[in-house]
Amino acid sequence: MTSESNRLILWVPLGIAGIFILFFGYALFFGNANPQQKTIESRMVGQPVPEFALDPAVSNHPGLTSANLATGEPRLVNVFASWCLPCITEAPQLTALQQRGVSIDAIAIRDRPQDISNFLMRYGDPYQRIGADVDSRVQLAFGSSGVPETFVVDGEGVIRHQHIGEIRPEDVPVIMQALEDAR
Amino acid sequence: MIRLLAIMLCLMLASYAGPANAQSRLPDAQWANEQLPDPAQEAEARELMESLRCLVCQGQSIADSDADMAQDMRALVRRRIAAGEEPEAIRQWLVDRYGRWVTYEPPFDAVTWPLWLLPLLLLGTGLWLARGRFRKNRGDR
Repeated sequence: MTSESNRLILWVPLGIAGIFILFFGYALFFGNANPQQKTIESRMVGQPVPEFALDPAVSNHPGLTSANLATGEPRLVNVFASWCLPCITEAPQLTALQQRGVSIDAIAIRDRPQDISNFLMRYGDPYQRIGADVDSRVQLAFGSSGVPETFVVDGEGVIRHQHIGEIRPEDVPVIMQALEDAR
Repeated sequence: MIRLLAIMLCLMLASYAGPANAQSRLPDAQWANEQLPDPAQEAEARELMESLRCLVCQGQSIADSDADMAQDMRALVRRRIAAGEEPEAIRQWLVDRYGRWVTYEPPFDAVTWPLWLLPLLLLGTGLWLARGRFRKNRGDR
């Protein structure tokens, strides 16, 4: 080995350190430095809804099964809970969507019938069917990682769109468009 | 001083219990905090739970978290192990829904190969550099 190539090799560790610094610097300044804001999108978008059958969550609504979601018309599945504060924020938007003729079913996560009834009485009831997901089993099968989330399901029962977090007033046109695209 | 401490404690609690962390009033799911009767199955479940990421926590495995969702994921893992499902099949089921993000054991594929190969490559380079050094020293003597 010549001393010439030896001298070049001395720079290799510095080069590697430089690559590391660039890598971490990039992650720090341009990456998602705040893990709290990370949203995990469901890989189930584009897939048929998972097989499930949920008992009614309240006495005045039927329960929800995967068969109920393939009706020939696009519809919304709202994943919510009475103990979830952002679910209160999105309630007026769900009511507005329902008034525009959108069919909305719900999956109630880890909830009690009396709490759901109170929630619907206070904040409005835009739902056709409400299934009780007492141990988040169906939520996990949908690839949903929190409440609220809303899925657009097309007429064949294929998940076409996922909205993570509460539906704000400015999100309503986006949801309407997703429903239109699912037609 | 005590008042300052009290204020700091309140701030800490307030930042901890954000709106997204609201808790369900339902009791824990079966198997969420209860070991499987078969120790071999429990050990399998434990190993899997320690390598699955809690979806709503920061950098915790579902074995370490008290979040409702982590508990329900533990219940899912134990329920499926008890039904005879392979741990890797359960991991894949979750990866199919949440992506690689959910597992702490990244698979070996087109995106993750540097994670596995780079340490070996760097170690090899280091050994090679060191070997050159030793050889030179021997020649000098």
